[in-house]
Amino acid sequence: MSETAVVDRTAEVMTINVGPHHPATHGVLRLLVQLEGEVVKDLKPIVGYVHTGIEKSCEEKAYWKVIPFVERMDYLAYYFNMEAFCGCVERLLEIEIPERAKYLRVIHMELNRLHSHLVWLGTSALDLGAISMFWYCFRERDSILDLFEMSSGQRMHTRYFQVGGVMEDIPLGFERKVRAFLEEMPSRIDQYEALLDRNEIFLRRTKGVGIVSRERLLELGVTGPLLRAAGEPWDLRKAEPTLCYGDLDFKVPVGTVGDGYDRYRVRLEEMRESVKLVGQALDGLPEGPHITDDRKVALPPRHELSTSMEALIHHFKLVTEGFRVPPGELYYATESPRGELGCFVVADGSAKPARVHIRDPSFVNLQMLRDMSLDGYLADLIQNLAMLDPILGGIDR
Amino acid sequence: MPDAVGLEVIAGELRERSEGSVLETSFERGSATLIVDPEPILSVLRWLRDWPEQRYTFLSSLHAADYLPAEPRFAVHYELLSMERAERLNVKALLPDPGGDDLPEIDSCVEVFPTADFQEREAYDFFGIRFRGHPDLRRILMPEEYVGWPQRRDFPVGGEPVIFTNTEREVPGWYR
Repeated sequence: MSETAVVDRTAEVMTINVGPHHPATHGVLRLLVQLEGEVVKDLKPIVGYVHTGIEKSCEEKAYWKVIPFVERMDYLAYYFNMEAFCGCVERLLEIEIPERAKYLRVIHMELNRLHSHLVWLGTSALDLGAISMFWYCFRERDSILDLFEMSSGQRMHTRYFQVGGVMEDIPLGFERKVRAFLEEMPSRIDQYEALLDRNEIFLRRTKGVGIVSRERLLELGVTGPLLRAAGEPWDLRKAEPTLCYGDLDFKVPVGTVGDGYDRYRVRLEEMRESVKLVGQALDGLPEGPHITDDRKVALPPRHELSTSMEALIHHFKLVTEGFRVPPGELYYATESPRGELGCFVVADGSAKPARVHIRDPSFVNLQMLRDMSLDGYLADLIQNLAMLDPILGGIDR
Repeated sequence: MPDAVGLEVIAGELRERSEGSVLETSFERGSATLIVDPEPILSVLRWLRDWPEQRYTFLSSLHAADYLPAEPRFAVHYELLSMERAERLNVKALLPDPGGDDLPEIDSCVEVFPTADFQEREAYDFFGIRFRGHPDLRRILMPEEYVGWPQRRDFPVGGEPVIFTNTEREVPGWYR
């Protein structure tokens, strides 16, 4: 027995902070990482740096004023946040929205899915060192934002969905612009694929990295492309077809291995499916009103105000007080680009919700990061985080 | 969703297995809710997960709500999902307020559904519901040293002073 203790440098555990201000954490996420050499031995995500109390603020607002609040949670999937909230309130009110509104919602939601996946692809490729992808993806993202601007006047956080339908019908020329975009987009996706799929660095960093089994993902409550990449064909658009998803023809891409590469492939295929969905929804777009004619819920058309006393009263009541929702509570989920985005609303009979809770997919999916990264290299942790696609605005709310 | 009859079947079976576990059922607007006693919550959830005819294997969301002034005041909602049948079932456990500084308590379901880890921490953070047996029950979104349960209905919006440069000397303890 020698008296000097032998120190094995590789067995020394070091605790370091990754983030909260690190460009690779996709927001203000802090990871407390235990490192042994370069190998991750333990990991704890610490969140809450951009918590703004949105759920609490919603309790102080009339139902239609809540919409811009919930939109700002997951700031890349604002149409889905709106759909989760509006859909939940519509079900509480037991109103059916017009067919045209359903199609308009699907068109915007699928464009939004494309937009969200484009931001994900650009930033994730950037994390892995491919800076040119970032510029290409943001070019296409910008043309989607132009479309949003055309239909609603805003590029982000459009507040386009209204309880009972959508705010306004699409303007003249919108369809032509969307079709021009849809014409172009598939070839763009092929270009991304060509750039990344033959990139040795990208392939080596993603293939076989961050594998978590399907069973474990289900235990952890993971949904969306992450779950599908592990081979579980679970998509709420197919399983519980709301809006007009039941009428549209699309496939649910699934992976086989469940590594980073599969996650990338699944999202890329989803973009192709979204392009098809928008095209089909435009083809099938029915004529008719874009918002419900229930005057107790939706504002009357502007031209009625000067001729109809009832319209004026309804307008005044809706703007000053808002509509009342009968007591009840409901959970309603949609398939957002990151998984199941659920909204739980408790109505107490007044014009303000008593509780609004958003089940954000990023918040739940973040729990799988530890399983993905354990006993892997620190560099793989960055890749795992990129493929996880967390949106901190949604996690912290 | 199970229909109204299916819900009664589930409630009946649960009542048969353990007396008084299901207090009430409600079927409204196409959504089925089991209102259960908080004490045997783990065995109820386990049965719903494992019983071959139920197989609600996926916990899609866990959240709390404050029904002030109703009594019992708090509720923990478990949104269960059967992926095979694409059916949802809401299990709701009502918790009375013990009063004073005591916190309402319920068993943690992390061992039944590991996904509940973060979501139970969130419910603890905002409503002060203590989950017995949770491996790491700390605040998750609010700062760790924060005092109070901000999403309870009796916690006012603006209950926390906001410090601006013109008020920083008047707000007590700003320098801490």
